[in-house]
Amino acid sequence: MANLIAVDHLCRYYGKYCAVNDVSFTLAKGEVLGFLGPNGAGKTTTMQMLSGNLAPSSGQIKINGFDLLDQPNKAKRSLGYLPDTPPLYKELSVDEFLHYCAQLHGVAKNTIANAVNNAKERCGLGTVSHRLIANLSKGFQQRVGIAQAILHNPDVIILDEPTVGLDPIQIREIRTLIRELGQDHGIILSTHILTEVQESCSHVQIIHQGQLIFSESIAGLNQAMNTGSLQVTTRWTPDTSVLRAIPGVNSIENIADNQLRIHYSAANDPTRHIAETIIAKGWELQELTPVKKSMEDIFIALTRDSER
Amino acid sequence: MSMILTIASREFKSLFISPLAWTVLAILQCLLAYLFLTQVETFTLIQPKLATIDGAPGLTDIVVTPLYGNAGIILLLVTPLLTMRLICEERRNKTLSLLLSAPISTVDIIIGKYLGILGLLLLLVFLITLMPLSLLIGGGLDLGKLAANFLALLLLVTAFTSTGLFMSTIAGHPTVAAMGTFGILLLLWILDWSASMNDQRSELFEYLSLLRHFQNLQSGLISSIDISYFLLFTATFILLSIRSLNNHRLQK
Repeated sequence: MANLIAVDHLCRYYGKYCAVNDVSFTLAKGEVLGFLGPNGAGKTTTMQMLSGNLAPSSGQIKINGFDLLDQPNKAKRSLGYLPDTPPLYKELSVDEFLHYCAQLHGVAKNTIANAVNNAKERCGLGTVSHRLIANLSKGFQQRVGIAQAILHNPDVIILDEPTVGLDPIQIREIRTLIRELGQDHGIILSTHILTEVQESCSHVQIIHQGQLIFSESIAGLNQAMNTGSLQVTTRWTPDTSVLRAIPGVNSIENIADNQLRIHYSAANDPTRHIAETIIAKGWELQELTPVKKSMEDIFIALTRDSER
Repeated sequence: MSMILTIASREFKSLFISPLAWTVLAILQCLLAYLFLTQVETFTLIQPKLATIDGAPGLTDIVVTPLYGNAGIILLLVTPLLTMRLICEERRNKTLSLLLSAPISTVDIIIGKYLGILGLLLLLVFLITLMPLSLLIGGGLDLGKLAANFLALLLLVTAFTSTGLFMSTIAGHPTVAAMGTFGILLLLWILDWSASMNDQRSELFEYLSLLRHFQNLQSGLISSIDISYFLLFTATFILLSIRSLNNHRLQK
């Protein structure tokens, strides 16, 4: 089947500065694509280009088979976009605003009320329908922004950091919503939080200095994360050469006197072996904690790879 | 087309949600009513003298023409304040991306915004027209001349609004937009003065002057030159606005 989004060799320059450099990817129905990257990596620029807010310097974007430059209205008809700052008219009430958005997106007159109610229900806005957007909390405003993006039931939904400013419960609700929507839409989600990608996305792309350095399914990401580390504290100074000889151990760092960080590959988890060795040698194990890999670690590993 | 109306009606309604539209309508109506009544009083004072002169100016000349002339000057001051927020505020509040990512063209956005704000100014022109019409209760008016004045103010307002819209599209801050609009309009308004101060008149300046064309129409002389001047003026600034909004996507 045809791709919902096909991006081909997309570049964007601001003056001489290259914000997005030769990015190509596709998105199919039922995929939730996570767009990861640190600040200033080009995430928002890419999103703006995909939503037609910014013209690319070169390259082509096709949404649902329509070129965004040649047939912008047809392409935008299947697009829902939440920018990094939700575009809200603060002087309107939630109902008025969503009604206006529905009209802008060309929702048929007799189905507007239905579409608005549906979006409000999905985003949990039922209780604030008649309040002015200006008086809503940041979290509710964000939800109105999401409601606006899914209102007209678009094929492609682009969300730029949708969970910023929400409380943990709301974040969980939004992630559930994204997973739900992902079943029959194509979603692009930009974020700098790794867990968000792991929880709600089916595919992940990492962008760094305007270039895609990683583009995989979630399974592929986990594969890339197949190295783990352990933090080990012992009472007596251990002999690192003995530990290094254990199969699966990649490297050992000394953090403090009797504290080590042991890096291993997940395919061959040596945790049990390490514990047994330490006890058998009489170094007295005091702490053995798995260290969670952070976004930064993966990121650093990947950027190092791409530079090599 | 329906998109233009959607945007226009939203713009128009938003004006009336805030106190802005109400304040403008109320204050302008008060000011112009005062000027109108002064003019009516002047007429009643000099009426006996006028009766003795042959071909003296009538009620319409003494009351209606100055009223519309004053309204033109007041609108020159007020229109920049009304139009300054049109696109500028959308861009500052980042709501412009809502319009840009919706399936509507920039032409729809600009014309919709233009018609929305023009709605308020048309309402204003109608309210002003009610004043001279009230004179019909007790006297006679030259209705043709009144219609000419009405048309003159209408065209003037469409021109003012298009300039304001353009400045709002290019300016980064509403006050800058207002100041720019005011500057352009005032310059075009007084361009005629410098031309008439010297003995040799500059035909180019005279042609460019808003005031000259406005006064021509006000005098009851409806010529296609003046009407096409205003229509071209409006169209130029609307086209420039569309162009500038398109450029907004190209560079930032």
